[in-house]
Amino acid sequence: MTDSSTVLIDARGLTKVYGKPGDKTGFTAVDGIDFQVRRGEAFGVLGANGAGKSSTMRMVACVSPATAGSLRILGYDSGADGAKIRARLGVVPQDDTIDTELTVRENLLIYGRYFGLSWKVLRERSTRLLEFTRLSEKAEDAVATLSGGMRRRLTIARALINEPEIVLLDEPTTGLDPQARHLLWERLFQLKQDGVTLLLTTHYMDEAEQLCDRLVVMDAGKIVAEGTPAELIARYTLREVLELRFAPGERQIMTDKCRGLAERMEELPDRLLLSTDNGEETLSAVHRQGVQPLTALVRRSSLEDVFLTLTGRSLLD
Amino acid sequence: MTAMPTGAPAEIPLRPGRAWTMVERNLMIYRHTWPVLVAEIFEPMLYLLAFGVGVGLLVGDVPGLGTSISYPQFVAPALLATAAMNGAMNETTFNMYGKLTTDKTYESILTTPMSVRSVALGEVFWALVRGAIVATVFLVVVSIFGLANLPEALLVIPSALLIGFAFAALGLLTVTFLRSWQDFQLIQLVMLPMFLFATTFFPLDVYPRPVQVFVEVLPLYHSVELVRAAFLGTGGGYPAIAVIYLSVLGIVALAVAVRRLEDTLRP
Repeated sequence: MTDSSTVLIDARGLTKVYGKPGDKTGFTAVDGIDFQVRRGEAFGVLGANGAGKSSTMRMVACVSPATAGSLRILGYDSGADGAKIRARLGVVPQDDTIDTELTVRENLLIYGRYFGLSWKVLRERSTRLLEFTRLSEKAEDAVATLSGGMRRRLTIARALINEPEIVLLDEPTTGLDPQARHLLWERLFQLKQDGVTLLLTTHYMDEAEQLCDRLVVMDAGKIVAEGTPAELIARYTLREVLELRFAPGERQIMTDKCRGLAERMEELPDRLLLSTDNGEETLSAVHRQGVQPLTALVRRSSLEDVFLTLTGRSLLD
Repeated sequence: MTAMPTGAPAEIPLRPGRAWTMVERNLMIYRHTWPVLVAEIFEPMLYLLAFGVGVGLLVGDVPGLGTSISYPQFVAPALLATAAMNGAMNETTFNMYGKLTTDKTYESILTTPMSVRSVALGEVFWALVRGAIVATVFLVVVSIFGLANLPEALLVIPSALLIGFAFAALGLLTVTFLRSWQDFQLIQLVMLPMFLFATTFFPLDVYPRPVQVFVEVLPLYHSVELVRAAFLGTGGGYPAIAVIYLSVLGIVALAVAVRRLEDTLRP
């Protein structure tokens, strides 16, 4: 049943321009991107704010028409068969859009009604989903009493009410505390185990590394890299990174002294990053140059460094 | 604990939710907030008490409508028409604006197979359901006090539904033009004078001719005439004109509103 070679989402030359057609002032949010998501995989879209992630998600969710290009989802054309596609998608939007006038359980019931599901089916499913998202005890409470993490989980429960084949998550853990994030990741991982295809956007590297089998990096509406997290790290970074912090007055002098000590150097507002195959050796070289950093840290290269290399910017800018 | 049932799930066919689902949503909400509806029913009765009885004691009967009728009889149908209008307009302007902007309720509804058209029609439907409830209770109360001629006055119910439809659609169109909560002041700027002028408290012939023409254009004027004709059992040509006027207004407003909402909600 789970055929991992089936392409569920197929985007070619996908473009989104906001503003009236023909209007020269139109803003191009997504600029002709190609990507394929296969059944059962967790596919990530990485990018800074404004990179075009959310616009891409809105087009895949069939709530915003594509300006150009083709987008086929579950074998249907997104423009012509939006309602048929939406019937088989689960959507977790960036902002929680829970119905604040309803209780926790009522949110699930009425949302299922929008899919035309019967009350009988919904009563059973809502109980199961509240259990899955650990909200059973809150079932009859007003939504206003929920914490941020609980609201997010309710949004996920709601997205699962139609037993979707694909779940879209737009920055699922933004604004959550570490504990709430880990619980959410664990639940999403469970979903993946159940065979649900996940498409998620994030600007958190750890999230992408935890959840995604494959990902694309977006910058200014374009895809600048694609691969598994490990592939991207191997392709775009050296093995280790040496992070140095300096006293404010000495920064410029120290930075100049470090030039040439590593194959690649990135200056961030608060620290200096040296890419290298051996962090300890580079640190010794730094010390030999007479550079005295306030703190020095050697760590393995991460997706954050991939992003920095590709776009010259930090993700959370 | 998994979210998806294991094994082959019984295939449950999915079909898009219909406009009626929006009514179900509102009914669910009103299970918690029914006092709001009670307040809406009592508002026209308070007006009737204040103006109908209070002013009625001062002015006596109202001439010029064939048989002479008492002032409460004159005011009651106008207050019902106004209640039907306000209920519908509030639903599709004030309540809907919140759902469109701060709550983003529609945004999440539209990620399901629901279409913009079903959402819009559903909200108009709900305005009608509310209007029917308010009109029925009001009619029962005024009938107890002998202000309505039953059974002809039962025509008040379909009249209230038509008024509700026209103003719900007009509200839906209005809400697509609103830029901020401040714009509700502008709606009030239109609604309050219309309430006062549309033969609610005075018959049309008290105004000079130019003002009469202005009043005759107002949708509330036609609503009041429609309900008053049903209430007092006075027919004539008015109901036909009012029915056509309100139907056309409602249908055109709804058609334009759905197109504009489509642009707002599916950018």
